[in-house]
Amino acid sequence: MANLASLLRRVAARMVGHTLALVARFITAVRADWRGIEPVAKQRVYYANHVSNADMPMIWTVLPGHIRRQTRPVAAADYWLQNRLRAFVGPEVFNCVLVDRRPEARTEDPMEKIIEALDEGSSLIIFPEGNRNMTDEPLLPFRAGLYNMGKARPDVDLVPTWIANLNEIMPKGEIIPLPLICTVTFGAPIHVEDGESKDAFLKRAASALVALSTPQRGFD
Amino acid sequence: MASQTTLDILLLSFGVFGLLIALTLLGEFLRARLPVGQTNPVVEAFMVRVHSWWGLTIVLSLAVLSGKAGVILLFGFVSFAALREFLTFTSKRQADHLSLVLAFFVILPLQYVFVAFDWIGLFTVLVPVYAFLLLPIISALRGDTNRFLIRVAETQWALMICVYCISHVPALLTYDMPDGSDRSILLIVFFAMVVQLGDLFEYYAGRTFGRRKIAPGLSPKTLTGLLAGVLGAAVVGAVLSWITPFGVAGAAAMAALASITGMFGSIVFAAIKSDKSVKDWSHLIPGQGGFLDQLDSVIFAAPVFYHVTHLVWG
Repeated sequence: MANLASLLRRVAARMVGHTLALVARFITAVRADWRGIEPVAKQRVYYANHVSNADMPMIWTVLPGHIRRQTRPVAAADYWLQNRLRAFVGPEVFNCVLVDRRPEARTEDPMEKIIEALDEGSSLIIFPEGNRNMTDEPLLPFRAGLYNMGKARPDVDLVPTWIANLNEIMPKGEIIPLPLICTVTFGAPIHVEDGESKDAFLKRAASALVALSTPQRGFD
Repeated sequence: MASQTTLDILLLSFGVFGLLIALTLLGEFLRARLPVGQTNPVVEAFMVRVHSWWGLTIVLSLAVLSGKAGVILLFGFVSFAALREFLTFTSKRQADHLSLVLAFFVILPLQYVFVAFDWIGLFTVLVPVYAFLLLPIISALRGDTNRFLIRVAETQWALMICVYCISHVPALLTYDMPDGSDRSILLIVFFAMVVQLGDLFEYYAGRTFGRRKIAPGLSPKTLTGLLAGVLGAAVVGAVLSWITPFGVAGAAAMAALASITGMFGSIVFAAIKSDKSVKDWSHLIPGQGGFLDQLDSVIFAAPVFYHVTHLVWG
Protein backbone atom coordinates (compact mmCIF):
# COMPACT_ATOMS: atom_id res chain seq x y z
CA MET A 1 0.00 0.00 0.00
CA ALA A 2 2.73 2.41 0.99
CA ASN A 3 4.44 1.64 -2.31
CA LEU A 4 1.29 2.33 -4.28
CA ALA A 5 0.73 5.61 -2.43
CA SER A 6 4.26 6.76 -3.14
CA LEU A 7 3.94 5.72 -6.77
CA LEU A 8 0.72 7.72 -7.08
CA ARG A 9 2.39 10.70 -5.45
CA ARG A 10 5.22 10.54 -7.93
CA VAL A 11 2.81 10.30 -10.86
CA ALA A 12 0.82 13.22 -9.43
CA ALA A 13 4.06 15.21 -9.10
CA ARG A 14 4.89 14.53 -12.77
CA MET A 15 1.41 15.60 -13.85
CA VAL A 16 1.59 18.81 -11.81
CA GLY A 17 5.01 19.45 -13.37
CA HIS A 18 3.67 19.06 -16.91
CA THR A 19 0.74 21.35 -16.08
CA LEU A 20 3.03 24.05 -14.69
CA ALA A 21 5.24 23.87 -17.78
CA LEU A 22 2.16 24.15 -20.00
CA VAL A 23 0.89 27.20 -18.09
CA ALA A 24 4.32 28.83 -18.27
CA ARG A 25 4.43 28.23 -22.02
CA PHE A 26 0.90 29.53 -22.55
CA ILE A 27 1.42 32.72 -20.56
CA THR A 28 4.94 33.72 -21.52
CA ALA A 29 5.62 31.57 -24.60
CA VAL A 30 8.94 30.99 -22.82
CA ARG A 31 11.74 29.74 -25.03
CA ALA A 32 15.36 28.75 -24.67
CA ASP A 33 18.22 30.40 -26.54
CA TRP A 34 21.09 27.87 -26.42
CA ARG A 35 23.72 30.46 -27.22
CA GLY A 36 26.78 28.91 -25.60
CA ILE A 37 25.90 25.23 -25.07
CA GLU A 38 23.90 22.46 -26.68
CA PRO A 39 20.85 21.02 -24.91
CA VAL A 40 22.53 17.70 -24.12
CA ALA A 41 22.60 15.57 -20.99
CA LYS A 42 25.83 16.76 -19.40
CA GLN A 43 26.30 17.56 -15.73
CA ARG A 44 25.92 21.31 -15.29
CA VAL A 45 25.23 23.99 -12.74
CA TYR A 46 22.92 26.55 -14.33
CA TYR A 47 23.41 29.81 -12.44
CA ALA A 48 20.82 32.49 -13.14
CA ASN A 49 19.71 36.00 -12.32
CA HIS A 50 16.86 36.19 -9.82
CA VAL A 51 14.12 38.81 -10.06
CA SER A 52 10.95 36.85 -9.38
CA ASN A 53 9.63 33.62 -7.93
CA ALA A 54 8.80 32.53 -11.47
CA ASP A 55 12.51 32.39 -12.45
CA MET A 56 13.14 28.79 -11.48
CA PRO A 57 9.97 27.38 -13.13
CA MET A 58 10.93 29.22 -16.36
CA ILE A 59 14.36 27.55 -16.58
CA TRP A 60 12.82 24.26 -15.59
CA THR A 61 10.18 24.58 -18.34
CA VAL A 62 12.62 25.20 -21.18
CA LEU A 63 14.92 22.29 -20.29
CA PRO A 64 14.12 19.27 -22.49
CA GLY A 65 12.43 16.44 -20.52
CA HIS A 66 15.43 14.14 -20.18
CA ILE A 67 17.62 17.01 -18.93
CA ARG A 68 14.87 18.37 -16.68
CA ARG A 69 14.52 15.02 -14.90
CA GLN A 70 18.16 15.08 -13.81
CA THR A 71 18.23 18.78 -12.92
CA ARG A 72 17.53 19.90 -9.36
CA PRO A 73 16.95 23.54 -8.35
CA VAL A 74 18.67 24.63 -5.14
CA ALA A 75 16.03 26.45 -3.11
CA ALA A 76 15.33 27.85 0.34
CA ALA A 77 13.87 25.36 2.82
CA ASP A 78 12.04 28.06 4.78
CA TYR A 79 10.10 29.03 1.63
CA TRP A 80 9.29 25.58 0.27
CA LEU A 81 8.41 23.96 3.59
CA GLN A 82 6.06 26.74 4.69
CA ASN A 83 2.87 24.81 3.93
CA ARG A 84 1.82 21.40 2.60
CA LEU A 85 1.21 22.55 -0.96
CA ARG A 86 4.67 24.09 -1.24
CA ALA A 87 6.18 21.05 0.45
CA PHE A 88 4.70 18.97 -2.38
CA VAL A 89 5.60 21.31 -5.24
CA GLY A 90 9.16 22.19 -4.14
CA PRO A 91 10.67 18.86 -3.16
CA GLU A 92 8.48 16.53 -5.22
CA VAL A 93 7.47 18.35 -8.43
CA PHE A 94 10.70 20.32 -8.92
CA ASN A 95 12.83 17.83 -6.94
CA CYS A 96 14.52 20.77 -5.20
CA VAL A 97 17.68 20.50 -3.12
CA LEU A 98 16.40 22.34 -0.05
CA VAL A 99 18.96 24.32 1.89
CA ASP A 100 18.53 26.26 5.11
CA ARG A 101 19.62 29.86 4.58
CA ARG A 102 19.52 30.81 8.28
CA PRO A 103 23.09 30.17 9.52
CA GLU A 104 22.06 30.49 13.18
CA ALA A 105 19.36 27.81 13.09
CA ARG A 106 20.57 25.23 10.59
CA THR A 107 21.79 21.76 11.39
CA GLU A 108 23.24 20.85 7.98
CA ASP A 109 25.79 22.70 5.91
CA PRO A 110 24.09 23.79 2.64
CA MET A 111 27.27 23.25 0.63
CA GLU A 112 27.47 19.62 1.80
CA LYS A 113 23.94 18.98 0.52
CA ILE A 114 24.76 20.64 -2.79
CA ILE A 115 27.96 18.64 -3.27
CA GLU A 116 26.07 15.48 -2.36
CA ALA A 117 23.52 16.22 -5.12
CA LEU A 118 26.36 16.83 -7.61
CA ASP A 119 28.02 13.56 -6.61
CA GLU A 120 24.74 11.74 -7.31
CA GLY A 121 25.08 13.02 -10.88
CA SER A 122 22.37 15.69 -10.77
CA SER A 123 22.65 19.00 -12.56
CA LEU A 124 21.65 22.03 -10.49
CA ILE A 125 19.90 25.37 -10.91
CA ILE A 126 21.17 28.05 -8.52
CA PHE A 127 20.63 31.75 -7.99
CA PRO A 128 23.99 33.03 -6.75
CA GLU A 129 22.58 36.43 -5.77
CA GLY A 130 20.84 34.68 -2.89
CA ASN A 131 17.86 36.98 -2.88
CA ARG A 132 15.55 38.44 -5.48
CA ASN A 133 17.06 41.49 -7.12
CA MET A 134 14.77 44.48 -6.49
CA THR A 135 17.30 47.10 -7.53
CA ASP A 136 17.92 48.75 -10.89
CA GLU A 137 21.30 47.03 -11.13
CA PRO A 138 21.37 44.00 -13.43
CA LEU A 139 22.75 41.76 -10.66
CA LEU A 140 23.33 41.82 -6.90
CA PRO A 141 26.81 40.78 -5.70
CA PHE A 142 27.19 36.97 -5.90
CA ARG A 143 27.48 34.88 -2.76
CA ALA A 144 30.42 32.51 -2.38
CA GLY A 145 28.42 29.31 -3.13
CA LEU A 146 29.10 29.25 -6.87
CA TYR A 147 32.84 29.56 -6.26
CA ASN A 148 32.83 26.82 -3.62
CA MET A 149 30.96 24.47 -5.96
CA GLY A 150 33.30 25.20 -8.85
CA LYS A 151 36.30 24.65 -6.59
CA ALA A 152 35.01 21.41 -5.05
CA ARG A 153 33.87 19.82 -8.35
CA PRO A 154 35.99 21.45 -11.07
CA ASP A 155 34.73 19.13 -13.84
CA VAL A 156 31.17 20.38 -13.64
CA ASP A 157 30.25 23.06 -16.20
CA LEU A 158 29.01 26.31 -14.66
CA VAL A 159 26.52 27.68 -17.18
CA PRO A 160 25.43 31.33 -17.05
CA THR A 161 21.65 31.48 -17.57
CA TRP A 162 19.98 34.84 -18.19
CA ILE A 163 16.22 35.16 -17.75
CA ALA A 164 14.90 38.18 -19.67
CA ASN A 165 11.72 40.12 -19.12
CA LEU A 166 10.45 38.49 -15.94
CA ASN A 167 10.59 41.73 -13.98
CA GLU A 168 8.10 43.15 -16.48
CA ILE A 169 5.95 40.03 -16.51
CA MET A 170 5.56 40.06 -12.75
CA PRO A 171 6.99 43.09 -10.93
CA LYS A 172 7.25 42.81 -7.17
CA GLY A 173 3.95 43.34 -5.42
CA GLU A 174 1.76 42.61 -8.45
CA ILE A 175 -0.62 39.68 -8.36
CA ILE A 176 -1.56 39.02 -11.99
CA PRO A 177 1.29 38.14 -14.38
CA LEU A 178 1.44 39.90 -17.75
CA PRO A 179 1.64 37.49 -20.67
CA LEU A 180 4.83 38.86 -22.27
CA ILE A 181 7.42 36.74 -24.03
CA CYS A 182 10.20 35.44 -21.78
CA THR A 183 13.55 34.19 -23.08
CA VAL A 184 16.03 32.04 -21.17
CA THR A 185 19.54 32.37 -22.61
CA PHE A 186 22.21 29.77 -21.83
CA GLY A 187 25.79 31.01 -22.23
CA ALA A 188 29.14 29.26 -22.62
CA PRO A 189 30.22 27.35 -19.49
CA ILE A 190 32.91 28.69 -17.16
CA HIS A 191 35.16 26.98 -14.60
CA VAL A 192 37.21 28.14 -11.63
CA GLU A 193 40.75 28.52 -12.95
CA ASP A 194 43.85 27.39 -11.09
CA GLY A 195 44.84 29.94 -8.50
CA GLU A 196 41.88 32.19 -9.26
CA SER A 197 40.71 34.08 -6.20
CA LYS A 198 37.13 33.92 -5.02
CA ASP A 199 36.42 37.57 -5.81
CA ALA A 200 38.01 37.43 -9.26
CA PHE A 201 36.01 34.32 -10.14
CA LEU A 202 32.70 35.71 -8.90
CA LYS A 203 33.29 38.89 -10.86
CA ARG A 204 34.03 36.92 -14.01
CA ALA A 205 30.94 34.74 -13.45
CA ALA A 206 28.72 37.80 -13.00
CA SER A 207 29.99 39.50 -16.14
CA ALA A 208 29.53 36.29 -18.17
CA LEU A 209 25.89 36.33 -17.03
CA VAL A 210 25.24 40.03 -17.67
CA ALA A 211 26.79 39.66 -21.13
CA LEU A 212 23.82 37.47 -22.07
CA SER A 213 21.28 40.16 -21.30
CA THR A 214 19.95 41.88 -24.37
CA PRO A 215 19.34 45.58 -23.74
CA GLN A 216 16.29 45.91 -21.54
CA ARG A 217 13.90 47.66 -23.86
CA GLY A 218 11.40 49.86 -22.10
CA PHE A 219 13.59 50.34 -19.03
CA ASP A 220 16.14 52.95 -19.76
CA MET B 1 -24.46 26.62 -41.79
CA ALA B 2 -26.11 25.94 -45.14
CA SER B 3 -24.60 22.91 -46.81
CA GLN B 4 -23.74 24.89 -49.95
CA THR B 5 -21.58 27.23 -47.81
CA THR B 6 -19.83 24.24 -46.21
CA LEU B 7 -19.20 22.70 -49.62
CA ASP B 8 -17.73 25.94 -50.92
CA ILE B 9 -15.42 26.20 -47.90
CA LEU B 10 -14.26 22.63 -48.50
CA LEU B 11 -13.75 23.35 -52.19
CA LEU B 12 -11.59 26.41 -51.39
CA SER B 13 -9.63 24.50 -48.73
CA PHE B 14 -8.86 21.71 -51.15
CA GLY B 15 -7.91 24.28 -53.77
CA VAL B 16 -5.34 25.74 -51.37
CA PHE B 17 -4.23 22.24 -50.36
CA GLY B 18 -3.64 21.52 -54.05
CA LEU B 19 -1.48 24.64 -54.30
CA LEU B 20 0.46 23.62 -51.20
CA ILE B 21 0.96 20.09 -52.52
CA ALA B 22 2.39 21.63 -55.70
CA LEU B 23 4.72 23.86 -53.65
CA THR B 24 5.77 20.92 -51.45
CA LEU B 25 6.51 18.79 -54.53
CA LEU B 26 8.47 21.68 -56.05
CA GLY B 27 10.58 21.91 -52.89
CA GLU B 28 11.15 18.14 -52.77
CA PHE B 29 12.10 18.22 -56.46
CA LEU B 30 14.66 20.96 -55.80
CA ARG B 31 15.98 18.93 -52.85
CA ALA B 32 16.24 15.77 -54.93
CA ARG B 33 18.30 17.55 -57.60
CA LEU B 34 21.09 18.22 -55.10
CA PRO B 35 23.81 15.62 -54.57
CA VAL B 36 23.24 13.29 -51.59
CA GLY B 37 24.22 14.88 -48.29
CA GLN B 38 23.99 18.48 -49.52
CA THR B 39 21.34 21.05 -48.70
CA ASN B 40 20.55 24.41 -50.21
CA PRO B 41 19.64 26.98 -47.52
CA VAL B 42 17.23 28.83 -49.84
CA VAL B 43 15.31 25.60 -50.53
CA GLU B 44 15.28 24.68 -46.84
CA ALA B 45 13.95 28.13 -45.87
CA PHE B 46 11.29 27.79 -48.55
CA MET B 47 10.23 24.37 -47.22
CA VAL B 48 9.98 25.64 -43.64
CA ARG B 49 7.65 28.36 -44.92
CA VAL B 50 5.58 25.86 -46.88
CA HIS B 51 5.19 23.76 -43.74
CA SER B 52 3.97 26.82 -41.83
CA TRP B 53 1.51 27.59 -44.62
CA TRP B 54 0.17 24.04 -44.33
CA GLY B 55 -0.40 24.62 -40.63
CA LEU B 56 -2.04 28.02 -41.13
CA THR B 57 -4.29 26.72 -43.92
CA ILE B 58 -5.44 23.72 -41.89
CA VAL B 59 -6.15 25.82 -38.79
CA LEU B 60 -8.05 28.49 -40.75
CA SER B 61 -10.05 25.86 -42.69
CA LEU B 62 -11.08 24.07 -39.49
CA ALA B 63 -12.05 27.34 -37.81
CA VAL B 64 -14.14 28.49 -40.78
CA LEU B 65 -15.79 25.04 -41.09
CA SER B 66 -16.72 25.08 -37.40
CA GLY B 67 -18.54 28.37 -38.03
CA LYS B 68 -18.80 31.66 -36.22
CA ALA B 69 -17.63 30.45 -32.79
CA GLY B 70 -14.52 28.81 -34.25
CA VAL B 71 -13.55 31.91 -36.24
CA ILE B 72 -14.02 34.26 -33.27
CA LEU B 73 -12.03 31.98 -30.95
CA LEU B 74 -9.22 31.64 -33.50
CA PHE B 75 -8.85 35.38 -34.05
CA GLY B 76 -9.23 36.05 -30.32
CA PHE B 77 -6.23 33.80 -29.79
CA VAL B 78 -4.35 35.44 -32.67
CA SER B 79 -4.98 38.85 -31.09
CA PHE B 80 -3.65 37.53 -27.79
CA ALA B 81 -0.49 36.14 -29.38
CA ALA B 82 0.04 39.37 -31.37
CA LEU B 83 -0.52 41.63 -28.36
CA ARG B 84 1.93 39.52 -26.35
CA GLU B 85 4.58 39.99 -29.05
CA PHE B 86 3.94 43.73 -29.45
CA LEU B 87 3.86 44.61 -25.74
CA THR B 88 7.04 42.63 -25.11
CA PHE B 89 8.90 45.39 -26.99
CA THR B 90 6.99 48.53 -25.96
CA SER B 91 8.02 50.99 -23.26
CA LYS B 92 6.48 50.21 -19.91
CA ARG B 93 7.10 50.64 -16.21
CA GLN B 94 5.61 49.06 -13.17
CA ALA B 95 3.03 51.86 -13.03
CA ASP B 96 1.53 50.44 -16.24
CA HIS B 97 1.12 46.94 -14.88
CA LEU B 98 -2.60 47.24 -14.13
CA SER B 99 -3.46 48.95 -17.39
CA LEU B 100 -1.58 46.25 -19.32
CA VAL B 101 -3.36 43.54 -17.37
CA LEU B 102 -6.67 45.21 -18.34
CA ALA B 103 -5.56 45.37 -21.97
CA PHE B 104 -4.93 41.61 -22.06
CA PHE B 105 -7.68 40.28 -19.87
CA VAL B 106 -10.56 42.79 -20.21
CA ILE B 107 -10.28 44.89 -23.39
CA LEU B 108 -9.21 42.03 -25.67
CA PRO B 109 -11.95 39.54 -24.61
CA LEU B 110 -14.62 42.29 -24.58
CA GLN B 111 -13.79 43.25 -28.16
CA TYR B 112 -14.43 39.68 -29.30
CA VAL B 113 -17.61 39.42 -27.20
CA PHE B 114 -18.87 42.49 -29.05
CA VAL B 115 -18.05 40.82 -32.38
CA ALA B 116 -19.81 37.61 -31.29
CA PHE B 117 -23.01 39.47 -30.34
CA ASP B 118 -22.91 41.85 -33.34
CA TRP B 119 -22.73 44.88 -31.03
CA ILE B 120 -21.17 47.01 -33.73
CA GLY B 121 -21.61 50.31 -31.86
CA LEU B 122 -19.48 49.09 -28.96
CA PHE B 123 -17.07 47.19 -31.19
CA THR B 124 -16.15 50.41 -33.00
CA VAL B 125 -15.52 52.56 -29.92
CA LEU B 126 -14.12 50.21 -27.25
CA VAL B 127 -10.44 50.50 -28.18
CA PRO B 128 -10.24 53.94 -29.87
CA VAL B 129 -12.38 55.67 -27.23
CA TYR B 130 -12.70 53.79 -23.95
CA ALA B 131 -9.36 52.00 -23.77
CA PHE B 132 -7.71 55.14 -25.13
CA LEU B 133 -9.09 57.22 -22.23
CA LEU B 134 -9.17 54.66 -19.42
CA LEU B 135 -5.72 53.06 -19.57
CA PRO B 136 -3.74 56.34 -19.33
CA ILE B 137 -5.91 57.31 -16.33
CA ILE B 138 -4.96 54.10 -14.56
CA SER B 139 -1.27 54.52 -15.36
CA ALA B 140 -1.34 58.18 -14.27
CA LEU B 141 -2.91 57.35 -10.90
CA ARG B 142 0.25 55.46 -9.93
CA GLY B 143 2.15 58.75 -10.15
CA ASP B 144 5.14 57.66 -12.26
CA THR B 145 5.54 60.25 -15.03
CA ASN B 146 8.82 58.96 -16.43
CA ARG B 147 8.34 58.78 -20.23
CA PHE B 148 4.61 58.80 -19.62
CA LEU B 149 3.42 59.82 -23.08
CA ILE B 150 5.64 57.27 -24.80
CA ARG B 151 4.36 54.52 -22.52
CA VAL B 152 0.65 55.22 -23.00
CA ALA B 153 1.04 55.92 -26.71
CA GLU B 154 2.86 52.64 -27.36
CA THR B 155 0.31 50.70 -25.33
CA GLN B 156 -2.52 52.28 -27.33
CA TRP B 157 -0.75 51.47 -30.58
CA ALA B 158 -0.42 47.86 -29.48
CA LEU B 159 -4.15 47.65 -28.76
CA MET B 160 -5.15 49.33 -32.01
CA ILE B 161 -2.96 47.01 -34.06
CA CYS B 162 -3.37 43.72 -32.25
CA VAL B 163 -6.95 43.95 -30.99
CA TYR B 164 -8.85 46.60 -32.96
CA CYS B 165 -7.43 45.87 -36.42
CA ILE B 166 -7.26 42.08 -36.11
CA SER B 167 -10.84 41.89 -34.80
CA HIS B 168 -12.03 43.36 -38.11
CA VAL B 169 -11.35 40.00 -39.77
CA PRO B 170 -13.96 38.04 -37.75
CA ALA B 171 -16.15 41.19 -37.78
CA LEU B 172 -16.72 40.44 -41.48
CA LEU B 173 -19.14 37.82 -40.12
CA THR B 174 -21.47 40.64 -39.07
CA TYR B 175 -21.80 41.78 -42.70
CA ASP B 176 -25.30 40.99 -44.00
CA MET B 177 -25.02 39.43 -47.42
CA PRO B 178 -27.34 41.13 -49.95
CA ASP B 179 -29.02 37.76 -50.64
CA GLY B 180 -29.59 37.13 -46.93
CA SER B 181 -27.40 33.99 -46.89
CA ASP B 182 -24.82 32.99 -44.25
CA ARG B 183 -22.00 33.28 -46.74
CA SER B 184 -20.29 36.25 -45.09
CA ILE B 185 -17.87 33.72 -43.58
CA LEU B 186 -16.54 33.17 -47.11
CA LEU B 187 -15.52 36.84 -47.18
CA ILE B 188 -12.91 35.95 -44.55
CA VAL B 189 -11.54 33.22 -46.81
CA PHE B 190 -11.54 35.65 -49.75
CA PHE B 191 -9.77 38.33 -47.73
CA ALA B 192 -7.12 35.99 -46.31
CA MET B 193 -6.38 34.42 -49.70
CA VAL B 194 -6.02 37.64 -51.70
CA VAL B 195 -3.78 39.30 -49.10
CA GLN B 196 -1.53 36.27 -48.59
CA LEU B 197 -1.24 35.39 -52.28
CA GLY B 198 -0.63 39.06 -53.15
CA ASP B 199 2.25 39.04 -50.63
CA LEU B 200 3.60 35.88 -52.21
CA PHE B 201 3.56 37.36 -55.76
CA GLU B 202 5.13 40.55 -54.45
CA TYR B 203 7.87 38.59 -52.67
CA TYR B 204 8.98 36.47 -55.62
CA ALA B 205 8.39 39.04 -58.40
CA GLY B 206 10.02 41.79 -56.34
CA ARG B 207 13.11 39.76 -55.63
CA THR B 208 13.42 38.37 -59.15
CA PHE B 209 12.73 41.41 -61.35
CA GLY B 210 12.45 44.45 -59.09
CA ARG B 211 15.06 47.15 -58.90
CA ARG B 212 13.61 50.39 -57.53
CA LYS B 213 13.07 50.10 -53.77
CA ILE B 214 10.00 51.92 -52.48
CA ALA B 215 11.34 52.36 -48.94
CA PRO B 216 15.13 52.29 -49.30
CA GLY B 217 17.07 51.24 -46.24
CA LEU B 218 13.96 49.85 -44.61
CA SER B 219 12.30 47.22 -46.74
CA PRO B 220 13.42 45.10 -49.72
CA LYS B 221 10.05 45.75 -51.40
CA THR B 222 10.37 47.08 -54.96
CA LEU B 223 8.00 48.97 -57.21
CA THR B 224 7.84 46.05 -59.66
CA GLY B 225 7.13 43.64 -56.81
CA LEU B 226 4.39 45.87 -55.47
CA LEU B 227 2.68 46.15 -58.85
CA ALA B 228 3.01 42.41 -59.50
CA GLY B 229 1.56 41.67 -56.07
CA VAL B 230 -1.42 43.97 -56.48
CA LEU B 231 -2.07 42.68 -59.99
CA GLY B 232 -1.77 39.08 -58.81
CA ALA B 233 -4.14 39.75 -55.92
CA ALA B 234 -6.64 41.36 -58.32
CA VAL B 235 -6.55 38.31 -60.60
CA VAL B 236 -7.04 35.96 -57.63
CA GLY B 237 -9.87 38.24 -56.46
CA ALA B 238 -11.57 38.10 -59.85
CA VAL B 239 -11.27 34.30 -59.92
CA LEU B 240 -12.78 34.09 -56.43
CA SER B 241 -15.50 36.67 -57.13
CA TRP B 242 -18.17 33.92 -57.02
CA ILE B 243 -17.86 33.73 -53.21
CA THR B 244 -18.34 37.49 -52.77
CA PRO B 245 -21.20 39.94 -53.33
CA PHE B 246 -18.80 42.27 -55.21
CA GLY B 247 -19.09 41.04 -58.82
CA VAL B 248 -15.98 40.26 -60.91
CA ALA B 249 -14.67 43.83 -61.29
CA GLY B 250 -15.60 44.72 -57.72
CA ALA B 251 -13.85 41.63 -56.33
CA ALA B 252 -10.70 42.44 -58.30
CA ALA B 253 -10.79 46.03 -57.02
CA MET B 254 -11.37 44.93 -53.40
CA ALA B 255 -8.54 42.40 -53.67
CA ALA B 256 -6.19 45.05 -55.07
CA LEU B 257 -7.18 47.48 -52.31
CA ALA B 258 -6.64 44.90 -49.55
CA SER B 259 -3.35 43.81 -51.07
CA ILE B 260 -1.85 47.30 -51.44
CA THR B 261 -2.97 48.38 -47.95
CA GLY B 262 -1.38 45.22 -46.61
CA MET B 263 1.93 45.82 -48.38
CA PHE B 264 2.22 49.33 -46.99
CA GLY B 265 1.24 47.93 -43.58
CA SER B 266 4.11 45.54 -43.82
CA ILE B 267 6.47 48.48 -44.51
CA VAL B 268 5.16 50.27 -41.40
CA PHE B 269 5.88 47.11 -39.40
CA ALA B 270 9.40 47.00 -40.82
CA ALA B 271 9.85 50.56 -39.54
CA ILE B 272 8.63 49.59 -36.05
CA LYS B 273 10.89 46.54 -35.94
CA SER B 274 13.87 48.58 -37.04
CA ASP B 275 13.08 51.25 -34.41
CA LYS B 276 12.90 48.60 -31.67
CA SER B 277 15.86 46.71 -33.20
CA VAL B 278 14.10 43.37 -33.42
CA LYS B 279 14.46 41.02 -36.36
CA ASP B 280 11.42 38.89 -35.64
CA TRP B 281 8.60 39.52 -33.17
CA SER B 282 8.93 36.02 -31.75
CA HIS B 283 9.77 32.47 -32.73
CA LEU B 284 6.30 30.94 -32.63
CA ILE B 285 5.75 30.27 -36.36
CA PRO B 286 8.72 28.28 -37.71
CA GLY B 287 10.45 30.05 -40.60
CA GLN B 288 8.29 33.18 -40.35
CA GLY B 289 9.08 34.57 -36.90
CA GLY B 290 6.08 35.55 -34.86
CA PHE B 291 2.38 36.02 -35.46
CA LEU B 292 2.96 39.72 -36.19
CA ASP B 293 5.58 38.90 -38.83
CA GLN B 294 3.08 36.67 -40.60
CA LEU B 295 0.08 38.97 -40.17
CA ASP B 296 1.47 42.48 -40.67
CA SER B 297 -0.26 42.90 -44.03
CA VAL B 298 -3.54 41.33 -42.87
CA ILE B 299 -3.61 43.69 -39.87
CA PHE B 300 -3.49 46.85 -41.97
CA ALA B 301 -5.80 45.54 -44.66
CA ALA B 302 -8.57 44.22 -42.38
CA PRO B 303 -10.22 47.48 -41.19
CA VAL B 304 -10.06 49.00 -44.69
CA PHE B 305 -11.54 45.91 -46.33
CA TYR B 306 -14.26 45.80 -43.65
CA HIS B 307 -15.24 49.44 -44.05
CA VAL B 308 -15.23 49.55 -47.84
CA THR B 309 -17.34 46.37 -47.88
CA HIS B 310 -19.94 48.08 -45.67
CA LEU B 311 -19.64 51.43 -47.43
CA VAL B 312 -20.01 50.25 -51.01
CA TRP B 313 -22.01 47.02 -50.66
CA GLY B 314 -23.69 47.62 -47.27
